Amino acid sequence: MAGESGKIDPMHQFQIEPLAPLNIAGYDVSFTNSSLFMLLVLGALWLFMWGGMKRELVPGRWQMAVEGVTGFVNNMLTSSVGPEGKKYVPLVFSLFMFILMANFMGMMPFGIVPGVHPFTVTSHLTITAVLAVISFGTVLVVGFWKHGLHFFSLFVPHGTPWWLLWLIPLIELFSFLIRPFSLALRLFVAMTAGHVLMKVLAGFVINGLNAEAAWVPLVVSIPSFILMIGITLLELLVCAIQAYVFALLTSLYINDAVNLH
Amino acid sequence: MPQIAQILETYASQFFWLLIVFGLIYFTIGHGMLPKIEANMDARDSKIADDLAAAERARAEADDLGDSGEAGLASARAAAQAKASDAKAKGAKDADARLAKADTEVGVKLAAAEAALSAATAKAMASIETVAAEAAADIVAKVSGAKVTPAQAATAVKAVMTNG
Repeated sequence: MAGESGKIDPMHQFQIEPLAPLNIAGYDVSFTNSSLFMLLVLGALWLFMWGGMKRELVPGRWQMAVEGVTGFVNNMLTSSVGPEGKKYVPLVFSLFMFILMANFMGMMPFGIVPGVHPFTVTSHLTITAVLAVISFGTVLVVGFWKHGLHFFSLFVPHGTPWWLLWLIPLIELFSFLIRPFSLALRLFVAMTAGHVLMKVLAGFVINGLNAEAAWVPLVVSIPSFILMIGITLLELLVCAIQAYVFALLTSLYINDAVNLH
Repeated sequence: MPQIAQILETYASQFFWLLIVFGLIYFTIGHGMLPKIEANMDARDSKIADDLAAAERARAEADDLGDSGEAGLASARAAAQAKASDAKAKGAKDADARLAKADTEVGVKLAAAEAALSAATAKAMASIETVAAEAAADIVAKVSGAKVTPAQAATAVKAVMTNG
């Protein structure tokens, strides 16, 4: 990677460092920088929601923003699941807002304070896997709760020709079982790749400025810096899109569980 | 890649803290704050809908009132017009009757006056004949010295006046 200069390692940002060791029942559950950023996400989300809790008839700006987000999630569920989707708004909203806030929190320029490194919670497979399991587990529980063993009819779509009955359910089962992995990996890969790209470009800028030849900053650092502005904006977009994709897919999967298809 | 290299050392901590944080988000924000915000939005939506319905009702009522007011105005105008034309007709009839009465009165007076006039004329004519006969007798006596009886003079005058 860009570590040739020995200083900038684009993967270092994903390093988990324990801040306060903690051990419960033989498990190492230390408070880490990852935990710290989860708490920051919780705090930011709580603050955001608290600002929208004035519950005025004519909303102010902040309340409008909060109602915009809740209305957005609400719409997503009602349009993909139907009126029954209202029950799952808290879950999808929590997933959406947690992922969105965690993505944005990793993009915050905390690095301008020496010794502080922003940490993207959602760039960790362990986190995205748990979120995906929550999403997938909800689908399973709701599906079997509402339809019992009839839920398996999900694997036989309407209009399947009889002579394909041996193949289609297998494919459907496979695509169903792959959902948690695709959910977890998509978010993890998107966040990791974006952040690596940004770090690599930042490394170009800094290493170019430190180079001895005078033409290097002009040729390397400035174009890299301009490119990095664009990539940063793109990455902010990706933060929102990935949260949206996760929430949208979760609501589509819940639709499968609620309505079969 | 620390995400995979560290997975065995950190998974417990990651799961533990994520479940705490996500549980807090789900229960306090998802089930605590979110329903209140949505209830507020629903209340606003229903209030707007109610207000719109009330405004619509008020508009319909105003339309009704306007319609009935216009109808009242039209009927009042028609009544006034009928009354006015009645009064006009009655006035015209009165005037006609009075005119006819005045006409007959004037006619009676005119006839009386004409009768008086013709009586006076006849009387005057008669006296003129007498005077003319006397004057003729006088003139005959003075000119010829012949005595003319008043009867002869009257006959002659009458003959002259009738012919002349």
